[in-house]
Amino acid sequence: MTQSLDYLKETASQTAGPYVHIGLAPGAAGFDIYRQELGWDIAGPNARGERIRVEGIVIDGTGSPVKDVLLEAWQANADGIYAHPEGGGEVEEGFRGWGRVITDFATGEWAFDTVKPGRTRGRNVGTQAPHINLWIVARGINIGLNTRLYFEDEAEANAADPVLNLIEWERRRATLIAKRTERDGQTVYRFDIRLQGEEETVFFDI
Amino acid sequence: MTKPGEYYQRDRMWHPPAYDKDYKTSVTRSPQYSLISLQNSISEITGPTFGHNDVDPLDNDLIKNYAQPGQSPIGERIIVHGRVLDENGRPVPNTLVEVWQANAGGRYRHKKDTYLAPIDPNFGGCGRTITDENGYYFFRTVKPGAYPWRNWVNDWRPAHIHLSIFGHAFAQRLITQMYFEGDPLIATCPIVNTIRDKAAIGQLIAALDKNATIPLDSIAYKFDIVLRGRRSTMFENRLEGN
Ligand SMILES: [Fe+3]
Repeated sequence: MTQSLDYLKETASQTAGPYVHIGLAPGAAGFDIYRQELGWDIAGPNARGERIRVEGIVIDGTGSPVKDVLLEAWQANADGIYAHPEGGGEVEEGFRGWGRVITDFATGEWAFDTVKPGRTRGRNVGTQAPHINLWIVARGINIGLNTRLYFEDEAEANAADPVLNLIEWERRRATLIAKRTERDGQTVYRFDIRLQGEEETVFFDI
Repeated sequence: MTKPGEYYQRDRMWHPPAYDKDYKTSVTRSPQYSLISLQNSISEITGPTFGHNDVDPLDNDLIKNYAQPGQSPIGERIIVHGRVLDENGRPVPNTLVEVWQANAGGRYRHKKDTYLAPIDPNFGGCGRTITDENGYYFFRTVKPGAYPWRNWVNDWRPAHIHLSIFGHAFAQRLITQMYFEGDPLIATCPIVNTIRDKAAIGQLIAALDKNATIPLDSIAYKFDIVLRGRRSTMFENRLEGN
């Protein structure tokens, strides 16, 4: 017999199920209950930097849109600071860097407005390219999927990013790069997420 | 001098795998390539913070938070309480816990739920709270009913409450479900059984807690939640470096 280690085990994940909106976005489920729902304003009114829209769709293994997904975004501000005690500094009043996004039940399209994040501190040396961390839950997803969105117009920073460079299959890195477009004078980044198939998005065990 | 470092890696043999043919919806929604293992950076050791401005005192009382004045929802009145801990056994204070559930008849207040059991006019089915300095939380609600779902022809979900917990880092983010001690539907549920380890399933079953009941009012269940623990770096692992 050896001594036993007295660690606890992490509570196992279970799917968020089809009715995740009741808990996390009750307005979308069809009723009004809280004074304010959380996660609707990622950057707040005082955030510096470029205002952007991010939009996309989540596609399943049959090529169909996933219409009941919920995404959470976590990002740094334009200076590369996270709104957290270990985030690297102070952020603008009202900048939270966290948001919750649900898909349109009819089309599966989702979108959120924020500011483009700056480069963040690297794990060991250097910096990470600007990116938004995404977490995806839905019916049929047994444990939340972690991925990262990078920006097409940051080619130089992306080429040096330690996480993108960790992906051995270079052509798979492209699944993490959002495409930049302009629409009605606004910058829009398109980021489609493929759960399966030839162009399956890279997901991380973080 | 020790500095907190990164979070313990997730035990992917303990969590359910993405793909499980008996939970049919997972078949086309499970990544087929392996996850890319990432050591924590600042992006993972940070995460959103919440305060008492974000929630109202009544938000954790599902018996009252949607009921008409003077009325209350139908069902067994219960208290669900416990602590949010990390794998080191330390409390996780000031973290947001959100819950959602069906009513006592097994029906959700959701425009996509068409089960024939009735909506309860006095029950919304969601709540939220922030753990106290000891990681403690509680909700008051009614016990949810079992409900049928389309998977195999005759599948029924055991009574359950969905929970969403943040912790202090995006790496700790977790959604799970809580079941009730003694429910015979737990053993045959394909969603429960996406988890392979019996001990991991046991950790999702709340125990009847008669010490926490309110006599002549509400019965209680205790449900502790464990989030990922964090390393103390006895040796520099260069996470903080730049
Ligand atoms: Fe459910």
